[in-house]
Amino acid sequence: MNTLQIREMFPILHQEINGHPLVYLDNAATAQKPLQVIEAVKRYYEHDNANVHRGVHTLGSRATDVYEGARDKVARFLHARSTEEVVFVRGTTTAINIVAASYGRAVCQEGDEIVITPMEHHSNLIPWQQVAKATGATLKYIPLQEDGTISLEDAEQTITDRTKIVALTYVSNVLGVINPVRDIARIAHRHGAKILVDGAQSTPHMKVDVQDLDCDFYAFSGHKMCGPTGIGVLYGKKQLLEQMEPIEFGGEMIDHVDLYDSTWKELPWKFEGGTPIIAGAVGLGAAIDFLQEIGLDEIERHEKKLTAYAMDRLSAIGDLQIYGPRHERSGLITFNLGDIHPHDVATVLDAEGVAIRAGHHCCQPLMRRLNASATARASFYLYNTEEEVDRLVDSLIKTKEYFGYAIG
Amino acid sequence: MQLDDLYRRVIMDHYKTPRNRGKFEDGAVSVELNNPTCGDKITLQMRVEDGIVQEARFIGEGCSISMASASMMTDAVKGKTVEDAMGMAEDFSKLMQGEPVEFEYEDIEALSGVSKFPARIKCATLAWKAMQKGLEAAKN
Repeated sequence: MNTLQIREMFPILHQEINGHPLVYLDNAATAQKPLQVIEAVKRYYEHDNANVHRGVHTLGSRATDVYEGARDKVARFLHARSTEEVVFVRGTTTAINIVAASYGRAVCQEGDEIVITPMEHHSNLIPWQQVAKATGATLKYIPLQEDGTISLEDAEQTITDRTKIVALTYVSNVLGVINPVRDIARIAHRHGAKILVDGAQSTPHMKVDVQDLDCDFYAFSGHKMCGPTGIGVLYGKKQLLEQMEPIEFGGEMIDHVDLYDSTWKELPWKFEGGTPIIAGAVGLGAAIDFLQEIGLDEIERHEKKLTAYAMDRLSAIGDLQIYGPRHERSGLITFNLGDIHPHDVATVLDAEGVAIRAGHHCCQPLMRRLNASATARASFYLYNTEEEVDRLVDSLIKTKEYFGYAIG
Repeated sequence: MQLDDLYRRVIMDHYKTPRNRGKFEDGAVSVELNNPTCGDKITLQMRVEDGIVQEARFIGEGCSISMASASMMTDAVKGKTVEDAMGMAEDFSKLMQGEPVEFEYEDIEALSGVSKFPARIKCATLAWKAMQKGLEAAKN
């Protein structure tokens, strides 16, 4: 399938913004949705809508089938050992919070260590700060090197026998760095620690195999991979999820309720209190089908090519500073254009129909490390083209001229 | 969407050469505010005596709109009573809603174009919110 054919499946891309064809380059924040996903959600509401796991009627069993069917798809997509290891949650943030609040608080005590990195976005940083505060454990950071990557030597130094949990992102949403999570998992396990991988920025863009990575927990969101918002996944190794207590209690997750005590359902439902996001799960299942039809390898190859092209063209703009490593990175580029504040850059680009991100990207500690209060970011996905990169570059040159004229 | 509505010459002038940039040594009301969605931040200091804002200074990091707005605001409140300054902040909020409001300190009216860029209204109001917060605190 070529990019033009793929673009045909995304209705939202075919519109004008401020008189220019839309160039959507904010995919790291959320991706656009193909017809296949939109139709699946629509079909569910038009034909199958009912609550799951309790209806004796036909719609109830259809809803249960599509919801659990989506779980099967996720399990195969991640190469999990079983569907019991796939918990549907609201998104990456919720998934990490469940692990922190349930597993983290249960296993950490004073003198223990939790290891993260300075490139974590707030969702994989604050939950661990809170666990550290509540339990007296020490929060430690694997330091960043000059180019924004982390070294295995530093990881070896930081992770010790006192480490209980290592939590890190697979791909940085600011630096584009791809972390060596498989190697870090090995180091963590050698010390008896568990590892959580934040897959928000990796799952949409590359093949992920949780057994191959040997991660204990893996979290991601549906909306960054062409699925709906409000649905995400917590993957956990069965034996760990089994020993964890749920943190949300209520309907759907209970087994037997007495006046003064209750028991929980089996995995994965014990973590799914309340009516779940059924349509969201259906949409996520459709998104997985869509991505797999195109092929994750194909998507990765396309983004790599596009990013290399963008790197070349952006590097040729004078005064444009790019953050993070040049090579071995994922499809997003964070930059600043001279002294022009990224908000001003984003506003001028928006006037040209080009949507990018400007701000701290929920990574305040990392921004301080980069010595920037904010940055601009262009992030690519399977439907972006070289022509769109050209539009980005042209608009940036215009921005420079505009501000050069206005300020200079 | 006209960019020149947003980036008028007078705004660029305040951005390039901000008025009242700096800090007091002491004896001033000090407010630190940031815009958590974008990372803009401002530290505003004011000396209030006899119900009058004698002086106002700021330091901060932010886009052209937020810094120009801070420059104008600090200039405009100097010599005003606390009530008048608070009234100005309310007028400024109306200006951001697209209402035509006149200011004694005319430069501020150049920011009227921000109302057409909803994503940028928070940038423009940051300094004014800091002023309101500071004067509320000074009253108590």
